[in-house]
This record gives sequence, C-alpha cells and structure tokens, in this order.
Amino acid sequence: MKLVIGIVRPEKVNDVLEALYRAEVRGITLSRVQGHGGELDHVENYRGTRVQMGLSEKVRFEIAVSEEFVAPTVDALCEGGQTGELGDGKVFVVPLERVIRIRTGETDNVAVTPTT
Amino acid sequence: MTILGAANAVDTGDTAWMLVATAMVLLMTPALGLFYAGLVRSKNTLNTFMMCIAAISVAVVTWAVVGYSLAFDGTAKIIGGLDHVLLNGVGFEPRDGTTIPHLVFFAFQATFCIITTALVSGAVVERMRFGPFLVFSALWSVLVYAVLAHWAFGGGWLAAQGTLDFAGGVPVEMGSGFSALAAALVVGARKDYGRQALLPHNAMFVLLGAGLLWFGWFGFNGGSGFNTGNNSVLAFTNTLLTPSCTLAVWAILDAIRGRQVTAVGAATAIIVGCVAITPAGGFISPAWAMVLGALAAVPSYGVLVWRTRTRIDETLDVLAAHGIAGFTGIVFIGFFAEMQWNGIADGLFYGDAGQLGSQLVAGVAAPVYAFAVTYGLLRLIGAVMPLRGPDDHEAVGMDIIHHGEEAYATGEGALLIGADYTPPEKVAVGDRT
Repeated sequence: MKLVIGIVRPEKVNDVLEALYRAEVRGITLSRVQGHGGELDHVENYRGTRVQMGLSEKVRFEIAVSEEFVAPTVDALCEGGQTGELGDGKVFVVPLERVIRIRTGETDNVAVTPTT
Repeated sequence: MTILGAANAVDTGDTAWMLVATAMVLLMTPALGLFYAGLVRSKNTLNTFMMCIAAISVAVVTWAVVGYSLAFDGTAKIIGGLDHVLLNGVGFEPRDGTTIPHLVFFAFQATFCIITTALVSGAVVERMRFGPFLVFSALWSVLVYAVLAHWAFGGGWLAAQGTLDFAGGVPVEMGSGFSALAAALVVGARKDYGRQALLPHNAMFVLLGAGLLWFGWFGFNGGSGFNTGNNSVLAFTNTLLTPSCTLAVWAILDAIRGRQVTAVGAATAIIVGCVAITPAGGFISPAWAMVLGALAAVPSYGVLVWRTRTRIDETLDVLAAHGIAGFTGIVFIGFFAEMQWNGIADGLFYGDAGQLGSQLVAGVAAPVYAFAVTYGLLRLIGAVMPLRGPDDHEAVGMDIIHHGEEAYATGEGALLIGADYTPPEKVAVGDRT
C-alpha cells in the first residue's frame, strides 16, 4: 500500500479528477494549500504597498492505493496536472503502514479497495 | 419635447426628488458590480467588479464630452446635434419640457448611460482583457447608448412615431441585452465553458447586489418622469409591485423544474421584474403591473435555460434578464397602456391597436441596431488589439493578471518590497526563460 500525494495547480484539478476517474482510482481527499516551488513570484499592489507573493495557491491530493494502483494514480496526476510551465507541482509516493475503513473496521488492502 | 417657454420654471420639489433619484441610480452600478462579482469565480471577482466601476468613469466622460449632446440636443430623427458638447448650454435653467435644472437632467441621464455600459460587461467577464474593454465601453456608450437614447428619449424617430418607453426599455434594457449577445459571440466562450461547472463563488453578493439594484431602481423608474407627478408616483409603486410578482412566479418555475427554490434564481427574478416594469412604469395600472411581473418571468426563464444548453457563453445572461424582459415590457405597453392612468395613450386592450404597432417597431429596431453595431465595433477593436489573453492567463484569473490584486488575499507568503524594485517579469505566469 502507498499514499500518493499530488500537489497541483488549482486550475488543473478538474483535469486531474478526470484522469483519475478514467484510471478507475476512487477514494480521494483534496485540500487547498499554499506552496512555493520553482516558479517566479508575482508582484501585487495594494494602495501603495507592493508585495511579492512568495506562495501560490495549490491543491493537494491524497490517495491511498494498493500496489497495483500506484502507477495508474501517479500517471493520472502527471497527465492531468501538466502544463509544461514551472509550478506544475509534485507527486510524492509514501509507504503506508496501516489503513482502516472506519465504517466496517476492514484493514489494509481491503480498506483501500473501493466497495462496489 | 415641447418647449414651454417662460411658464417653464424650476420646481424645488421636483428638483429635490431628481437629485436623490440621480444618486440612487448611480448606486445601481456598484450594486451591479456586486451582483456580477458574486456570479463569477473567486479569481475573477475584482476584474468583474472593476468593469462596472470603470464604466462609471468611462461613460461619464464620453457622456459629458459628446454622448449627452448626441442623445438630447434637438429632435432630429436619427441622432442629436453637437450644441451640448462638453455641457455647453447646460446650466441652471430648466431643461425643455421639465421643471428641473438642465444640469440635474444631464446628471440623471448620465447615470443611465453608466449602468447600461456596465451591464454589457456581463457577457464577457472572466476572459476579456481589461484594456480592450475600456476602449469598447467608451465607443459603445456613444455609438449604441447615445443613439438609442436619442431614438427613445431625445425625440428621435421611435419617440416621434409614438413608441412609449418610460425609463429605458429601448436604450437600457434591449440595448444592453442584445449588445451582450453580440459581445459574447465575438469574444467567444471561456476556455472551460461547457467542460467544467463554472459556479457563482458567492451567492450572498448576488442577493445583496440584487437588493441594492432594486432600491436604486426606485430612483431609476420613479425619476424618469422628471417630477413628482402622477406618472412618477405610478412608476415608483409599480417598481414595488412588478418584481414581487416576478419573484413569486420565478420561484414556482424553479420549484417545478428543480424541486427547489434557488437564491441565485430569486436574485435574477428581482432583476427581471425591475427590467420589465422599466419601460412600462408610468403607463400601466398597478394591477396590470402585477400581471406584467408574473408574465415576464416566463420568457426570461426560458431563454436563460435555453442559453446554458448552447455554446453561447453569454456569461451572466444579460440577454435573458435585460434584453428579453425589456422586450416583454415594451410590448406589454402596446396591449395594456391605459389613458386613465397615464394621461397619454391607450393600448390595444383599451381600444388603440396602433400603440401595439409602435411598440413592436421599437421591439425590433432596438435589438437589431444594438446587436449589429456592437458586433461590428468589437470586430473592429479585435482587429487592432487582442480581445482576450492566452489560456494560461484565463487559468490564473483576471484579478492577478490585469489588476495585480486578489479579492481574497490572505497575506501569507507576501513579502514587502521597496518602490525601487523591478520585477524580473511583469507577471511571472506564462512566459519564462
């Protein structure tokens, strides 16, 4: 089991969700985050106060998957999130120790496999 | 416009009301900004609002320089003269045919030009570049608004052939609505239109904006008699009655179609009702005004539902809310105008079929003129400067790209920089080495 974490541009979220749906990956958590990758900062002005915005809006996907779903999930995140410009984000794959489905108490691989 | 000569003196009561009414109509433009800003995505909030704020500046300048003169100098058929350019001859003496100072008449009419210019922006928000929009609104306020205002208000050919338009069904409502359709067609759909759900980011703004618009509309309709006489009082009260009935019918239509009564729908209904009574305000009885409100909901609701199924990204439905409801109001006068209430003319229902003909002429001429001129004008501007930016600008949002601000900036990660700082690129998005 792995936890796949993908950090992408907010405007690419729909594309990523579409790609994940096509790859039949279910069970997704996402949150709005702020981050800084390699992209250039932009400058904003408020009544004479000039600020350099060092953090950009990003969206963080967290997807726990069984081993055979790791590659499709990563591919979907990359395919859906890519624009080719700096600031497209990152995908992190992290080992998972335990997973429990709260509703049933099922654990591990059973818990990350969608119920149909 | 009849010239009353020496008998025509300034009336203090009328003037006091018109001063207030002018300020109320001006408030409608920021209210429209709030209404529109709530309907777009959060990344385009400021740009959408700014199109309305910018319209105040642009339209007042063009109106003072030439627009007012073209609309209200003389009673030529097609277009007015140039004698009032830069407020020449506009002073404290009463405006011909009214009992208010010419200056107040000018200011009141200016606020109409402003709101109408701002209305058109609803068709192109979330993708049109700010610069070309400013150029467009300056030219539009003269070439479309001032001309239609002359036809309907200034003694032009529509007024001369008997079209009744109390507060602007022709120049304001049909003028903006059918121009919006043309603008949406020329500028084209947003890149995500039809691919993603593009939802209103703050329905509270939409409701508050609609409420403030309704408030301002009492000045808009109630002031369009330029006095405190019977027609003005009738228009004022009808502005209460009509939108209330539209709200009720809209809620029923919502409930039938989706089993729920929506808040954004209610806000839209308020606008549709106010628009429908705009041309008819001082001409129909209160009872018929209520019928008009109920009736007006149906075609606008229909066009709104139909439009979202098409590829036409007329984003904030100016056509449905203003063009169609304005048409409904203009035609309704032809049936139910009542001499007993307005002292001017009867409609078909009260024995004068000719009035319906006069109304239908306006119902065809105004949309055709507004659509054609707006279409040509935007094509022309588009040939000189790009109307919209690249897709990645649209993805980031108009606020950061065109204004260097965010509506909901948190301040996190923002570093203060000195005035001497020059950024490596103006905006880092899109082009880099």
